[in-house]
Amino acid sequence: MSLFLTYGLRNLFVRKLTTTMTVLGMGLVVFVFAAVLMLAHGLEETLVDTGSPDNAIVVRAAASAETVSIMSRDQAGIARTQPEVALKADGTPVATNELIVMVNLSKRKNGDAGNVIIRGTTPDIFVLRSGIKLTAGRMFTPGTSEIIVGKRAAENFKGCALGEHITSALRDWNVVGVFDAGGTGFDSELWGDVEQIQQVFKRPIYSSVTLRLKDPAQFDALKKRLEADPRMTVDVKRERQFYTEQSQATATFIRVIGLLVSIIFAVGAVIGAMITMYASVSNRTVEIGTLRAIGFSRTRILGVFLIESVWLSILGWVVGVIAASAMSLVTVSTTNWDTFAELAFSFALSSRILIGSLVFSVVMGLVGGFLPAVRASRARIVESLREAA
Amino acid sequence: MAASVVEVQNVSKQYHRDKVEIHVLSNLSLSIPEGGFVALMGPSGSGKTTLLNLIAGIDRPDSGQVIVAGTAVHSLGESQLAKWRTRHIGFIFQFYNLLPVLTAYGNVELPLLLTKLSSKERREHVETALNLVGLGDRMKHYPRQLSGGQEQRVAIARAIVTDPTVIVADEPTGDLDKQSATEILDLLGRLNTEFGKTIVMVTHDPRAAERAKVVRHLDKGELN
Repeated sequence: MSLFLTYGLRNLFVRKLTTTMTVLGMGLVVFVFAAVLMLAHGLEETLVDTGSPDNAIVVRAAASAETVSIMSRDQAGIARTQPEVALKADGTPVATNELIVMVNLSKRKNGDAGNVIIRGTTPDIFVLRSGIKLTAGRMFTPGTSEIIVGKRAAENFKGCALGEHITSALRDWNVVGVFDAGGTGFDSELWGDVEQIQQVFKRPIYSSVTLRLKDPAQFDALKKRLEADPRMTVDVKRERQFYTEQSQATATFIRVIGLLVSIIFAVGAVIGAMITMYASVSNRTVEIGTLRAIGFSRTRILGVFLIESVWLSILGWVVGVIAASAMSLVTVSTTNWDTFAELAFSFALSSRILIGSLVFSVVMGLVGGFLPAVRASRARIVESLREAA
Repeated sequence: MAASVVEVQNVSKQYHRDKVEIHVLSNLSLSIPEGGFVALMGPSGSGKTTLLNLIAGIDRPDSGQVIVAGTAVHSLGESQLAKWRTRHIGFIFQFYNLLPVLTAYGNVELPLLLTKLSSKERREHVETALNLVGLGDRMKHYPRQLSGGQEQRVAIARAIVTDPTVIVADEPTGDLDKQSATEILDLLGRLNTEFGKTIVMVTHDPRAAERAKVVRHLDKGELN
């Protein structure tokens, strides 16, 4: 490693206490910054993975979520009989007509109410979404008041564990199975027979039709035909894109608030770094004079102290990222503002967040170290050397 | 007679302290031949260190000329002066001024980082310099692990590693016991006699001054 780099790092270890305090301060800011991005990324990842690249979803035109979409039985029938839709061995389409209703349930943790999606669907949903597995119990029986629940819904809401029941629309719904949707948005849902849901909730419509394409490349043809059909008035989207869009409002909100908080914190951290670096410059007046005397230019002295400040920020980044990565173990449950339904998701770290937080930290270091470095570079050699006497 | 390597001509220097004008050097001239060893003596405040600083190019005269190794030092810009110092001046300070976080090797290597030498060439130069001052076995030691005399020898190695034209030493034995001071003076003597280095040394110590070929006394900014 270059002598200049080791010189900067070793100088930090000479002043252990102030270096530690500054690193912790910067680490805290990096932690907040990274954790916020991880939260938003976790939300996006959860919803993006909810969609499958092989599937298309048909909703009412301009509906941003299934909760605000209405399709008639006739429209659903037209959608599922398009030539691009994959067929099962028996010749029926791989498609589900689904109805979304919202119920209000109490959270296990604190009894607070939360909106939970009940998805009326058909057993074909497991063909359409092959990544989802029943992990306990069995599939609901069509024509009954049985439901199966996502694992996060089972953990978070009262009455949702296997063998329990919830009451809604004057009907008891018995939980007969728990499924694992791999951390996607479906894990926060309850699923029952769509015909039962329509009758009990008195909603003789569908919210959406989800279709498996024979070939994902045929999506454009399907979309063009259905959206141009005067009987339909629908939007056709790739399922993955549809769910990604559902994360945007909440993810953007988390990012904006989080970044504002991070920037406010960062001002404090920058001042901390500045104080540390000013102290470093003051304590090393003779060193600066010596370096200048043996031929170091003002620019090199500036560089020496900026490198030291950047080391501070890198150490802060390491502390912050380690703390933030521990947040990956945490699952949060909150309302998705696009659907107004409760959604559970985890903090998710990505290489982009690692690089982004490193850049953020280094910028803090450079800003905090700049003025002290300028002061060091402007020191007069003779006066600096006189301090040794 | 050897050509002058240091020419100080009609130099004056004054400082302002609390609105009071202090004349440190008044119309002073000095000539030092190549391979010379000059000791500057005089009471505190007589201008010895100021004269040394002017020769070393870390201070500028108010009037007059300072020509070292054929370069008019007083007329160089800030960055030119920094490069010039790397090439022509080796510094030895009273309190050694080693960087505490670097090893003896690292301290001696510092001036070479400003040159275009490769890593291998730098290593050769550093090892030669440290062997010359008798510290070839202390390369990995930090200053805190060395005695005062050893620290000053590392500082001398740092001063000579670039093979400068002039070595300037400001009270090089001022912080050392008698034994260590003698070793340092022996070393400076060797550099002058064996290697032909031009040395300008400020000292209060008559025993140190005895080692010089020429002793000049300053008093109230004038040379006697």
